[in-house]
Amino acid sequence: MTLPAGVERHDFGGETSLATQGQPVYGERTDGDWRRWDPHRSKLGAMLEQGMETGLEGDETVLYLGAAAGTTVSHVADFAGPTYAVEFAPRPVRELLDAAESRQNLFPLLKDARKPESYAHVVEPVDVVVQDVATRGQARVAALNKRFLTDDGRLLAAIKARSEDVTADPADVFDNVREELSAEYELLETARLDPYHEDHLGIVARPRED
Amino acid sequence: MSNGWFAGLDPDDDAAAVEQIEAGRADTPEDWPQQAVEAGFADDEAAYYDRLHEVTMAATSAAVAEQEGADDQQLVHAVRAMADCERTANELAERVAEWGGSRYGDSGSGVEYARSLADRDDEDEGDTALRTLAEQTAGLADEADSLRAYIERTAPAVAPNLSMLAGPVLAARLISLAGGLEALAKKPSGTVQVLGAEDALFAHLKGNAPSPKHGVIFTHEYVRGTRREDRGSAARALAGKLSIAARIDHYSGDRRPDLQAELDERIERIQARAEEGDE
Ligand SMILES: C[S@@+](CC[C@H](N)C(=O)[O-])C[C@H]1O[C@@H](n2cnc3c(N)ncnc32)[C@H](O)[C@@H]1O
Repeated sequence: MTLPAGVERHDFGGETSLATQGQPVYGERTDGDWRRWDPHRSKLGAMLEQGMETGLEGDETVLYLGAAAGTTVSHVADFAGPTYAVEFAPRPVRELLDAAESRQNLFPLLKDARKPESYAHVVEPVDVVVQDVATRGQARVAALNKRFLTDDGRLLAAIKARSEDVTADPADVFDNVREELSAEYELLETARLDPYHEDHLGIVARPRED
Repeated sequence: MSNGWFAGLDPDDDAAAVEQIEAGRADTPEDWPQQAVEAGFADDEAAYYDRLHEVTMAATSAAVAEQEGADDQQLVHAVRAMADCERTANELAERVAEWGGSRYGDSGSGVEYARSLADRDDEDEGDTALRTLAEQTAGLADEADSLRAYIERTAPAVAPNLSMLAGPVLAARLISLAGGLEALAKKPSGTVQVLGAEDALFAHLKGNAPSPKHGVIFTHEYVRGTRREDRGSAARALAGKLSIAARIDHYSGDRRPDLQAELDERIERIQARAEEGDE
């Protein structure tokens, strides 16, 4: 697996870690311009760390769903092109605004990812949809947002089992999500994100033609 | 074809741009940067993205400020969280009861039984596993109780008249079902009457069932405590007053104690039909 351009393994005082170049956002370690991308704090970071074939090369146009305070999407904006960040909770968005201040290519949107019509007048068709919404109905969110992906685009999703059903076995939840997702997407690779994120499944998928 | 956020905008009008980002809609995305350049909104794509950064920052920070002030939304979260905790606690309590029955042969049930197991002394690893699950179950039930207390404290501040007539928890449920106090205030009272009975309403519309007479307002003693034949009237009367209360809470915030007296009187008259009938 190759890392996207703009993401490197960098040495932080004896510890090697994924890193991007940009203003720090969440108290991560830095070395000059380089900022550590902590896979324990970021599901996309964990997917890259696990060697999943994300297809990311750098400079993509990205729609990011569930941006929260901007931990991961700030790294994405460091190596990608125009990056649209959707988050529906006002509190974390305050910090997302701080992260976007120094990133001209990061566009924060206080919108509900289950209502794509409320941001399709702003977001253009994208190469990549990153999804980390940790809410019930994660497969449905992915299906609803398929309209944003170009034909050869990629969905990079992190599915949290406990968000679908606290009591069920995660393996069963993941089976259901995979099945539901397959209606709209061709799944290219799936992998558990342990030990970085317990009971999370990373998914790389491509939209099926309608 | 749908319109981008910039359609028809004066490129320098910040307020209009913010409004469009917040309230505009489109079914499908299009190549907005290119369209904006073609329409003369921006000189080139780089200029378009600069402008987009400016207006999304402004629109999003305005939207955050607006929503954080809206305490009815905090109430909505709290009442939904309370329902989640209750449901999950009950589900886990069933599991605990089943497991406890198999180990100790006693046949308790519910959260109370889980609480009793939480205090047991362990003799082996199986006891420990079951006891910690029972503790978590009781913990979730406690969490539901403390959310209820939070709702009881805050609902009267958000919607004083509605909370007075419905009680704070039912008031919060109605606000949650409508999606906010403003949305509730805009609903006709016939809709308020059946909020929470959407399933029954759809079945009715499909022709499979009678029309529901009440939704979540059934939990109100004025509906539940009225005999079956008169419940529809009681629900209608209650929903009518609740709608008025929600409107006053949203549009003026005045306190109107007379609403309570009016409601009491209506219900008294409806419930009196039972006695008349008996004679
Ligand atoms: C696990 S957090 C995301 C963390 C973030 N991706 C990161 O790595 O920095 C999940 C976020 O998704 C948001 N979310 C959940 N449902 C959403 C929805 N329907 N629309 C937009 N955001 C949503 C939550 O508010 C929360 O901030």
